[in-house]
Amino acid sequence: MTNLVELKDLTFAHGDHRVYDGLSLNVPKGKMVAVMGPSGIGKTTLLRLIGGQLKPDSGSIKVAGEEVPQLKRDALYQLRKRMSMLFQSGALFTDMSVYENVAFPLREHTDLPEELIRSVVLMKLEAVGLRGARHLMPSELSGGMARRAALARAIALDPDLILYDEPFAGQDPISMAVIVKLIKSLNESLGLTSIVVSHDVKEVLSIADYAYVIADKKVVGQGTPDELRSNDTAIIQQFLNGAPDGPVAFHYSDDDFTTDLLRGEG
Amino acid sequence: MSQFFQSIGRRVLDSLAGIGYALAMLMSAIIGKPQPRKSWPLFVKQMYVVGVLSMLIVIVSGLFIGMVLGLQGYTILVDYGAEQSLGPMVALSLLRELGPVVTGLLFAGRAGSALTAEIGLMKATEQLSSLEMMAVDPLRRVIAPRFWAGLISMPLLALMFSAVGIYGGYLVGSGWLGVDEGAFWSVMQSAVDWQDDLLNGIIKSIVFAFVVTWIALYKGYRSVPTSAGISAATTSTVVTASLAILGLDFILTAIMFGG
Ligand SMILES: Nc1ncnc2c1ncn2[C@@H]1O[C@H](COP(=O)(O)OP(=O)(O)O)[C@@H](O)[C@H]1O
Ligand SMILES: [Mg+2]
Repeated sequence: MTNLVELKDLTFAHGDHRVYDGLSLNVPKGKMVAVMGPSGIGKTTLLRLIGGQLKPDSGSIKVAGEEVPQLKRDALYQLRKRMSMLFQSGALFTDMSVYENVAFPLREHTDLPEELIRSVVLMKLEAVGLRGARHLMPSELSGGMARRAALARAIALDPDLILYDEPFAGQDPISMAVIVKLIKSLNESLGLTSIVVSHDVKEVLSIADYAYVIADKKVVGQGTPDELRSNDTAIIQQFLNGAPDGPVAFHYSDDDFTTDLLRGEG
Repeated sequence: MSQFFQSIGRRVLDSLAGIGYALAMLMSAIIGKPQPRKSWPLFVKQMYVVGVLSMLIVIVSGLFIGMVLGLQGYTILVDYGAEQSLGPMVALSLLRELGPVVTGLLFAGRAGSALTAEIGLMKATEQLSSLEMMAVDPLRRVIAPRFWAGLISMPLLALMFSAVGIYGGYLVGSGWLGVDEGAFWSVMQSAVDWQDDLLNGIIKSIVFAFVVTWIALYKGYRSVPTSAGISAATTSTVVTASLAILGLDFILTAIMFGG
């Protein structure tokens, strides 16, 4: 099986704060791969690295066989037309209606006539159940609707790869279930490759084909959802069951607490 | 002591780096293959938001400042029996100085702060990132139309300010205080060198337009994407742009009228 995305020995730091140190993972074509980890571990950063918005300090990021950090601007933009990112906040353009938001990538990157754009937009909105909300402005949408509208925009150009950033975070149980079902059916019907980054373990394991758990700047466990559930490594179990105590520290890394107290400065 | 110089040195380096980033941002925004079909509607929309919506405050301010000039000028000139010179006094003050400078300051407060806040918020809500991920360059799409709109609309606003101001001076001077109407206009016409005074004023307002718009866009684009960050960026736009206008005004005035 060929991999659409391959990360190897990735190192990355935000300033002095090391986020990844030797991270490797693969995403096979046509599969949905989950990347799980606690908040602040660098999941959004990982998606930005894959999308070429951030450059790694070392290591390789291959998408569709191309080494992303080395791509020239034009080549990177060409590659980005084949991938979409669903941002955590939805990131709808606030000065455009839902319809205009979904039409935006079509207008930017195709020369389709207006009637065709209309058909495509309505089709995508129908797929996420928002055809009736097409005239609303983003400020008039609920959180769940905004995320579905953003999803319609993300699939407007029929990408090969979708990157989902915390698609379930902050949703009520019903809209969570709607989005879970939607992502799953989109992936199956469109034959997409997806990377879902999330800390909602139960939801994401219910739809993923394969999952990675990241902690401590690298991959600490991987496998199919069943393999992971029966993995008895302490760190995996702590994460899957959401136990507060265990190998995963909830502290932002720093010196030893006592040393810090005795030093007596900010 | 050496720490003091170090910190000064670091500040200088930081601000130089800032200017470098700002220059790079502007260059990548405005240099490139023109795409009139896509850029024109964006530009028109920004002309409305940045220019048309600033018209009211500029016109009202211009009228009042012109009226105050008429009043103040008259009380000074009348002591020397020179109230015939009220026309040129009002016109020259407005065209050379107050038009460009006050419009620049108003523009920084009205349009500049709004530009910074808007772009900062677009950054905070990941709209800029999402443009990038959609293979649309946010510099070309968001920064460029706003830059051109600011650069073109502010000099026009400054002209309106001066025109309305002169009318305000005329209303007070001849309508109220009784300066002869014919003298007001004819002395003004012969005293104002339309090319030097008008043109220099326009050049000033173009320079101010460039600086204010550039600062506002850069501050928004580089803002820390949080509410505190955006509010700091907005304040910084107004402060920096106002100081830049006043400083540049001195330099330009020295070059244009000093020699
Ligand atoms: N622009 C940035 N500058 C500095 N540090 C950042 C920046 N963005 C994120 N970080 C830090 O990097 C770490 C990972 O962030 P992020 O990828 O957003 O985590 P997650 O999405 O898993 O919650 C966090 O500790 C965060 O504080
Ligand atoms: Mg995140």
